[in-house]
Amino acid sequence: MLKKKNMTSSVEQEQIRTYDSMTNIPADAFEVIGTDADSMETIVRPSTSFWKDAWNRIRKSKVAVICMIILFLLLLGSIFIPMFSPFNYSDQNVAYANQPLFFKDPATGATHLFGTDELGRDVFVRVWYGARVSLTVAIAVALIDCFVGVIYGGISGYFGGAVDTVMMRIVEIISGIPYLIIVILLMTVLDRGIGTIIIAYSLTGWTGMARLVRGQIVSLSRQEFVIAAKSMGAKPSRIIGLHLVPNVLSVIIVNITLDIPSVIFTEAFLSMLGLGIAPPQSSWGIMANSGIQVFQTYPFQLVIPAFFICITMLSFNLLGDQLRDAFDPKLRR
Amino acid sequence: MSNQIKYILKRVIYSLITIFVLIAITFSLMQLLPGNPFSGGKAIPEETLEALYVKYGLDKPVLVQFFIYLSKVVQGDLGVSVPDGRPVVDIIAQAFPVSLELGVRALLFAFIMGILLGIVSAVKRGTVWDSAAMFVALIGVSVPSFIIGSLVQYFLALKLYMATGTQVFAVMGWNSANAKILPAFALAFGSMATISRLMRTSMLDVLSQDYIKTAKAKGLSQKLIIWKHAVRNAIMPVVTVMGPLVAAVLTGAFVVENIFSIPGLGKYFVQCVQTNNYTVIAGTTIFYGSFLVFANLIVDLIYGLIDPRVKLTGGKE
Repeated sequence: MLKKKNMTSSVEQEQIRTYDSMTNIPADAFEVIGTDADSMETIVRPSTSFWKDAWNRIRKSKVAVICMIILFLLLLGSIFIPMFSPFNYSDQNVAYANQPLFFKDPATGATHLFGTDELGRDVFVRVWYGARVSLTVAIAVALIDCFVGVIYGGISGYFGGAVDTVMMRIVEIISGIPYLIIVILLMTVLDRGIGTIIIAYSLTGWTGMARLVRGQIVSLSRQEFVIAAKSMGAKPSRIIGLHLVPNVLSVIIVNITLDIPSVIFTEAFLSMLGLGIAPPQSSWGIMANSGIQVFQTYPFQLVIPAFFICITMLSFNLLGDQLRDAFDPKLRR
Repeated sequence: MSNQIKYILKRVIYSLITIFVLIAITFSLMQLLPGNPFSGGKAIPEETLEALYVKYGLDKPVLVQFFIYLSKVVQGDLGVSVPDGRPVVDIIAQAFPVSLELGVRALLFAFIMGILLGIVSAVKRGTVWDSAAMFVALIGVSVPSFIIGSLVQYFLALKLYMATGTQVFAVMGWNSANAKILPAFALAFGSMATISRLMRTSMLDVLSQDYIKTAKAKGLSQKLIIWKHAVRNAIMPVVTVMGPLVAAVLTGAFVVENIFSIPGLGKYFVQCVQTNNYTVIAGTTIFYGSFLVFANLIVDLIYGLIDPRVKLTGGKE
């Protein structure tokens, strides 16, 4: 690039040397090359859509890429490691309880990578099984919250007026109730399990998304493309679903990414209180809870699940921050 | 002025409705539980059971029962803990002050440290200070309080004692002054991180405003600009999250009190959850819920008072 510039400038210098001044250049020194109407209109660079642009920015951010790789590995590990491990998450072997890292089972010859817990269960498999539970709960809750919140917020924001007022007052009241207390209350009354956690959290979790979507839709629905769609007789469901929601999608994605860590935290928190998943199933919260009790003698039983909880929450938080930067045109430098 | 009163009234009414809904939810969930207080245990003769039902109003329709319950709650009667016969209100009155002290300590720590970290990282933007402060904040957002709690308990209380021979921090309990530092720290860490991140964004926003440039152009010192002009304006958005943070600290105490064996309401609540002591669970839930709703209300009202720009939210533009 630099070289080319230098070359052209030297050519220009020669030209200037040949003719005394700019005004004295004879007409025949110029050559008519004409214009090509077609080539003027060609788009040189490939067109970038909003999503492609965001993807390019995300790809350039090292932090975001590392987070995505970590989360992808966690997802793969949670699916496949419990499948192919020689141990089962609930197999007990009290003879080899509380063994250190890389403990080799003398009977079967298989290695417990992360050692065993107080009932002789393999910690490695339990961590990955716990990842399965945590990620399932997190993703399910995020999707339900998103689904309910988008429909509710979309309707409220699009119709406005009395509908909006009533719907938002309901949201205001529900979100005024501290969610963790309601979740604890629900968990004491209902049976313990993954399904209950998902229901309990979703019952109060969708309000944040509904508010967010409503705010965006209110400002969007005054824009020309909505008026155009309306004037052509599009139904409200079509306008909301096809015209408005796609425009809010980036905000929704960022919010989901930042919501997931709080769901993971809640699951761990509930399991810590003995309200989460029922034993012998494993989750990071249950493992951390039993790890805390033996922390002074067997620190790894807390450190391992704690590490997984932290790294997952960290990755989602960082990825959410990066996504927000990538999607938000106002932050572009 | 009338706008302001309208705004306050509106907020108060919403808070009352929220508490009503909370009581209704709690009541209906308790109805969902199988059995009643007299089933199980010894076999009770049919006539005695009926007499008991009449005595406790269990023979009436559910809706009537609800209003009886509601009127009792309004009068400050949250029922009786079944195993030991103590009124729930007494239990709360005994255990809550401990939780409150822990919570206030944690909130103060979180607020002061969070604000300071936010200011430092915004003023020294792009330097090592900024990165260090934001790294601490990131850890705080991503590491749950129960993990921080057990880590500081192990290293700062237990290991430090074993290494130095002096008990710098007590391992558990709530009697000595040195027992109150670590739990408050563990509880505060997450909130501190949230506050510092918020403060940083808000501070950066304020520092790019025109009145800061004016102040600089007038030749005011850096110190005066930051403390008098920037911080006072930047602190406003931070006040709005105080409500949710009170909730986070209060519920976070459930676990932290357990780790450090602090005899607060959180520890008691968790015990009752684990032993299915339903009247206490219901009573404490209503108490916690109402407390948080009022905390939110107060934060909202204070925000309206200290920031004159918020007054407009009462009416429509």
